[in-house]
Amino acid sequence: MQLRPDTTRRRFLGLAGGVAVAGAVPIVTVRPAEATPAMLASAIRNVTNGAAVKTGKVKLDIPPLVENGNTVPMTVSVDSPMAPEDHVASIHVFNEKNPQPNIGNFYLGPHAGRAQVSTRVRLADSQKIVAIAKLSDGSYWSASVDVVVTLAACTEELI
Amino acid sequence: MASALINVPAKAKRGDIIEIKTLMSHIMETGYRHTATGEVVPRDIITSFTCRFNGAEIFRADLFPAISANPFITFFTTVTQSGKFEFEWIGDKGFSETASASITVE
Repeated sequence: MQLRPDTTRRRFLGLAGGVAVAGAVPIVTVRPAEATPAMLASAIRNVTNGAAVKTGKVKLDIPPLVENGNTVPMTVSVDSPMAPEDHVASIHVFNEKNPQPNIGNFYLGPHAGRAQVSTRVRLADSQKIVAIAKLSDGSYWSASVDVVVTLAACTEELI
Repeated sequence: MASALINVPAKAKRGDIIEIKTLMSHIMETGYRHTATGEVVPRDIITSFTCRFNGAEIFRADLFPAISANPFITFFTTVTQSGKFEFEWIGDKGFSETASASITVE
């Protein structure tokens, strides 16, 4: 392409602007579907089989303000003696607005000694995180935390 | 492929509660991302993590796309005897990795 020297800069800016617009379009069009509070409720029902979930005993440690939703450290601990007759059988973590309501299921037993698991999670939006513990007596306990995310996970484009 | 990092204390006293830290290198592709041309990048995640001590399962986790890349999982266990921890990660596209660590209990 042969350009006269006095038009080069204008052409370049025009092209650059066009590229920027083209690049912006897919970000709008490919946002994945969100899990809804209804999906969260049904995912919890799948775990509890409709049993009542009480608030308490569970401690969900997650930063309330997250800069990067791609790796958010999270610790769930449950107040339990972890004895054979009274222990935490499993811990389930859910979210409200990722494309899928489940985050992870963790299965432990009385030999664990301490009912605590840590991992790193992805959060696609500012949302509520719910942790549910199933105890050996069949009761369910939960804790939830609202997290504000400034850079969301999952939605970024591949280059 | 040395893609797993395991942190288990080498020694412990009988009855101690020890923390086990594990990290497996894996992309954990969610299946919700698109390329610039609009194609969905297929899901490729680790779906299951298991830890056994002397053959008996002591911890298991189901993982979902919401777990970050290079899944890092820590948990606790009570040690009553010397032995070997075996770790296993299973995932999409036939992914399967194992690692092990020994502990001496005094």
